[in-house]
Amino acid sequence: MSEVFDPARWRPAPFLPQKDARDPALILVVAVLCFLACLTAMGVIAADRAARGWAGELTGEATVIVRARGGETPDAAAARAAEALAGVRGVSEARALEREKAYDLVRPWLGDVADLEDLPVPRLVAVTLDREQPATAAALSGALKAQGIDAVVDDHSVWIKDIRRAAGVVRWTGAGVFLLIAVAAGAVVAFATRAGLTARRDVVEVLHLAGAEDSFIARLFQGRFAGIAALAGAIGAAAAALLGAILRLVGGGEGITPALPFAWTDLLAVLPCPLLAAGVAALSARLTATALIRDL
Amino acid sequence: MSRKPNAAPVNDAADDILRFDAVSMRYGRGPEVLSDLTFGLPRGSFHFVTGPSGAGKSSLLKLIYLAAKPSEGVVRLFGEDTSRLRPSQLPKLRRRIGVVFQDLLLLDHLSAFDNAALPLRIAGHRPSEYRNDVAELLAWVGLAKRMNALPPTLAGGEKQRLAIARAVVNRPEILLADEPTGNVDHEMALRIFRLFVELNRLGTTIVIATHDQDLVARSNKPVLHLEGGRLAPLPPQGPAA
Repeated sequence: MSEVFDPARWRPAPFLPQKDARDPALILVVAVLCFLACLTAMGVIAADRAARGWAGELTGEATVIVRARGGETPDAAAARAAEALAGVRGVSEARALEREKAYDLVRPWLGDVADLEDLPVPRLVAVTLDREQPATAAALSGALKAQGIDAVVDDHSVWIKDIRRAAGVVRWTGAGVFLLIAVAAGAVVAFATRAGLTARRDVVEVLHLAGAEDSFIARLFQGRFAGIAALAGAIGAAAAALLGAILRLVGGGEGITPALPFAWTDLLAVLPCPLLAAGVAALSARLTATALIRDL
Repeated sequence: MSRKPNAAPVNDAADDILRFDAVSMRYGRGPEVLSDLTFGLPRGSFHFVTGPSGAGKSSLLKLIYLAAKPSEGVVRLFGEDTSRLRPSQLPKLRRRIGVVFQDLLLLDHLSAFDNAALPLRIAGHRPSEYRNDVAELLAWVGLAKRMNALPPTLAGGEKQRLAIARAVVNRPEILLADEPTGNVDHEMALRIFRLFVELNRLGTTIVIATHDQDLVARSNKPVLHLEGGRLAPLPPQGPAA
């Protein structure tokens, strides 16, 4: 026997059926897309951090190769260069490296030569630059020239440029992948909306003929697919966060590779995913539904 | 007894709730399904639309409930030329019309109560404003004990009465019914007809498209008879049983 109906306790039911056989497949596809988007975001953040770290390290240092002139020994020339560089504004420290360091650098090319002392092997001066106002390569060269020292200054600018370029490529590639995934998610939702509208044409027709405005009907589909996408986004984001956490635990602060040093805070990148997924789905469903309803 | 022809008069009243002037209609590039119809329905009137299958009864109703536009001529509903209405104007006008569709168009996933309340929800009323009215209406059409039932579990006559309840719940100015007694037995047909008479008595203009000649004969209401998409004189009737 059916339960006695009490109008006072009645709550309006949703206009659209809450369950659809296509929903699990849609949730799966959008969740996978969101998972990939989150991994992309976390990867870009980690790669960007690595690039910044490397560039920062290189920016704070310069290497000066000193060649001895006339009767001066290489060590004396290096010491004089270090002294000259230490007085340059924007230099925190200038230190002549031990001769062994210089020998270590040339040994791979010369082999185990017994009398390296007899060869004019240049010496190295490591210069630590001021982080706030680092001295330029030109200033360092100028100071050395003023002291009559034959030297070449390497401020690592070539490497820094390459690292920055690589970081830019990673960033833009990440943004492109992110955009592609968003478009794919939008297309999937548009397809689902179209299928949903076709399957629920009876509902749309009844609502229309009962005086519902196009925007009212479009909002129903918008809300429905936004909800589905938010759920799928949460699933995809949770899965990506779980994988990120595992990578962090396995790889520690350095990550599983130096190019991807994961931090716990990187996991926060997944938080906007459900909201973004819902936004993309809502927009896509709204546009599709509005266009289709107009043609009904 | 022979039934007297009770064809609807073609009048020129300016205050007709509905007026067709030389209206023709075709679907796409197909042949005309309605041709050169001119008639008017006074507010508060009760009319039948009769004719054989394919005569254009359902198309005529579609023109009235704004699901189609005439290919020629002018349809005036509530004084508005329906051809000139912008899409954004249609919803408000449709809320003044109640329709009982031939295939009922009940939403199977909604309870009888939700189905009946649908037009009021769409119109933006709050549940507290109408839940008792809907319950009363459903009781009035004999569905007091079936308010929670889903349409697939309702009998044919119950579905028909639910469709009528939905059509009248927002007190439309004009009620259209397409074969409302098509799938019910004679006794139920009479009950449904009495419902329409009662609604008409309360001021609603009624237009019923039907094949049920017996119902038309008993009602003694004016008839718009269609033959091949044109208004035609009622065919002579044999003696009633």
